[in-house]
Amino acid sequence: MSTIIRSLTTPTPKRLRDLIREIRSARTAADERAVVQKECAAIRDSFRDPDNTYRCRNVAKLLYIHMLGYPAHFGQLECLKIVASQKFTDKRIGYLGAMLLLDEKQEVHLLVTNSLKNDLGHQTQYIQSLALCTLGSICSTEMSRDLAGEIEKMIKSSNAYIKKKAILCAFCIIRKVPDLLEMFIPSTRTLLNEKNHGVLLTAVCLITEMCEKSPDALTHFRKVVPQLVRILKNLIMAGYSPEHDVSGVSDPFLQVKILRLLRRLGKNDTEASETMNDILAQVATNTDTSKNVGHAILYEIVLTIMGIKSEAGLRVLAVNILGRFLLNNDKNIRYVALNTLLKVVQADYNAVQRHRTTIVDCLKDPDVSIKKCKVTSNFISHSPTKRWHIDTVMKVLVTAGNYVRDDTVSITIQLAAEMKELHPYIVQQLFKNFKDHLDEQSLIQVSVWCIGEYGEHLLTGECGEDEPVQASEDEVVTELEKVLSNHNLNEITKEYAITALMKLSSRFRTSIGFSLLEQMPLIETSRSKNILHENSSENLLNGISEEGDVQKENKKNLQESQNILDILDVGSPTQPAEPPPKSGVNDLLDILGDVANVTSSTAPVSIPNTQPVPMGNDLMDLLGGSPINNQMNGGNGFPPMTAFNKNGLLVEFLIEKDISDPDVTSINIKATNSTQSPMSEFVFQAAVPKSFHLQLNPPSGNSVPPANSGSVTQLIKVKNPSKQTLRMRIKISYSHNGQTVTDMGEVNSFPATLWQ
Amino acid sequence: MMQFMLLFSRQGKLRLQKWYEAHPDKLKKKITRELVALVLSRKPKMCSFLEWKDLKIVYKRYASLYFCCAIENDDNELLALEIIHRYVELLDKYFGSVCELDIIFNFEKAYFMLDELLLGGEVQETSKKNVLKAIAAQDLLQEEETPQGFFEDHGLG
Repeated sequence: MSTIIRSLTTPTPKRLRDLIREIRSARTAADERAVVQKECAAIRDSFRDPDNTYRCRNVAKLLYIHMLGYPAHFGQLECLKIVASQKFTDKRIGYLGAMLLLDEKQEVHLLVTNSLKNDLGHQTQYIQSLALCTLGSICSTEMSRDLAGEIEKMIKSSNAYIKKKAILCAFCIIRKVPDLLEMFIPSTRTLLNEKNHGVLLTAVCLITEMCEKSPDALTHFRKVVPQLVRILKNLIMAGYSPEHDVSGVSDPFLQVKILRLLRRLGKNDTEASETMNDILAQVATNTDTSKNVGHAILYEIVLTIMGIKSEAGLRVLAVNILGRFLLNNDKNIRYVALNTLLKVVQADYNAVQRHRTTIVDCLKDPDVSIKKCKVTSNFISHSPTKRWHIDTVMKVLVTAGNYVRDDTVSITIQLAAEMKELHPYIVQQLFKNFKDHLDEQSLIQVSVWCIGEYGEHLLTGECGEDEPVQASEDEVVTELEKVLSNHNLNEITKEYAITALMKLSSRFRTSIGFSLLEQMPLIETSRSKNILHENSSENLLNGISEEGDVQKENKKNLQESQNILDILDVGSPTQPAEPPPKSGVNDLLDILGDVANVTSSTAPVSIPNTQPVPMGNDLMDLLGGSPINNQMNGGNGFPPMTAFNKNGLLVEFLIEKDISDPDVTSINIKATNSTQSPMSEFVFQAAVPKSFHLQLNPPSGNSVPPANSGSVTQLIKVKNPSKQTLRMRIKISYSHNGQTVTDMGEVNSFPATLWQ
Repeated sequence: MMQFMLLFSRQGKLRLQKWYEAHPDKLKKKITRELVALVLSRKPKMCSFLEWKDLKIVYKRYASLYFCCAIENDDNELLALEIIHRYVELLDKYFGSVCELDIIFNFEKAYFMLDELLLGGEVQETSKKNVLKAIAAQDLLQEEETPQGFFEDHGLG
């Protein structure tokens, strides 16, 4: 009667699915938080109520809330309360909650341990099962000690459903408290006679753990090797059994576990190893490898063969299996093979050598190549000829030059230096290859070093090979200069190039030496600026940089470019001339070095870069590519677009097509300020979908003057090779009256005719 | 031994977390955040494994959901893929062509299923039939004790 009255007076708590629905329909994170907070308050209230009717539902809701990342620890004790209930639903949710909300560092464990003790002895197997599962999940040290006795009894249960779970609980207990191991050994021994796969599997698992933890157990269980061999044999001989087959392979989970235990038992033990030789060969040859699952078993067997004292023939078989893995289409399998080769190469390099061609061939996969490099560098020390050795190293550098370890460069250089008779060949091969791989730093470093050292062999074009490479002095120097002007290369690589040029200036006979000396300072400054530059381009490629770094760097560049304009007496219409920074006029070459950067400002992908080699061209490029020039050109066929208008800040887009490239649209941004105070630290950022390339040029300044008395302009170039509709997200930040303002917006109203 | 399993959506929303090694809540959150970001940033043609701290991460995407687990260094990553697949198969059988929404709205059932497949981070049952039978029997127990009358509003709802 009282419950009826209560149910009439207090509202029924929200249903679990209704809460989930409500949370999912929240539009913003703040909305979601509000829903959750309201519900948590209601749940807390209901927990105070002695009535148990809805406690289970409330705990379930709390578990959902917990998964979303909200605090839910106040539900811990409630879980224990419903665990003590007589109802199965309560227990099921209660134990689930205990597993999710409690870990072994909680103090409530004594209470859990009591509940577990009760439920382990329950007459319903599913309640016993809940307790076993929870024990396996929490398994603190005290709990392990308190309940080990119960578990030991349950391992002897005749009910396979309970037995397998108890065995895994023993496994958890031993992991946690190894000195409890002894008490489980007698009951474990007979488990391998069972027929049930669950019991067998868990038993093998438990024995493996025992062998890991105790040398005595290891010796003890060596006796079961013949038994394990028999089980494995029965598995592979057994016909199709729908219950345990996975794509034609008989219980792979059990097979793998047994193979792993055999590995443990056969390690450093000749007798045990001999006993398993035959079955290993059988499994290795009889497993169907059309699917991943077959490979899982073969992978395990290779590890076992290589891990025990196996016969030589078997080892060759194992390495051949890995060799076949390398040819597989599935990259997971190739990855595993390379990883394993890395482990076994030390033990058996002769067998591995046979597969070196395959190994080098599968370099093409960038994901795998990291592994590959390790493998290669590991086993090339056993290479048959010097020529093969250097060829392999070069292949590695060409394919994965950015993934090799740092010391690879110096090792390779040393290697090359030692092979005196191969110098012409090496330098010619490197010269041929490095030009096409200007993104592999290590390759370039090695190549450039060798060119500097042995460059004269390039001029003769003789190396005793079928296809010698010949190059003129001019060609060699031009290629080296390309390295210096490439923005994607780091400082160290460029240092290598400069050193090489220096060496060549004395080695090459003609006047190139002279012109080189002239260019050196230019190149050097260009290099140092490129570092700044490199940072900013990296940020942009990653999307909008959160900090204003990019803008700051760009501004620096721009200021410098304007200095040149000052020097060369070119007017600058976009920005009132700022006093030139300290560098001044004294180093014209220095500044010209910078010019190259301004032209190709940030995104190297979108707009073709120009080489800074002939100085005259540079200036032309500067004028062609700078925002200043584009604005003067005018000629835009589109009306100005308002991209942003808020709090007195107006940002307009002046759109025009690029004449030289129909895919490129230039957008001149003009920001004006109608308020009475300036907006300083003005930063404009833009992002476009991945199918577009965006180049954000430096702004004309970072302060928008008040009362529309001036503007900040900035040029964006958007390349749209796939001719899609342009959507742009913009982020604007500035400081106004001492307050930092950040705003975002989306610009979607670009003229439809833009890319037609 | 498997150390943990995480299910998350393409948007990075966590759908299920099972930890077989005890960690403070804060650390669990940090690990989850890190791994979700790591896995989501991988390109589709990359392989399913990555080395992370002293563990191996094995993940696979099924429709909109990523199944990601951490195994120890001497565990078999190809077999871990099979364990993940087995779990997906079980969910599929249970829900009938399972989708992400099933797992969102019945997250507790997804946990129950996992707990019948794995215990303490190890596989306990290799027969799909046995797992589903155990789940069905327990669901029945739950149904029998939930009153279905007109005025009643018990159970989880």
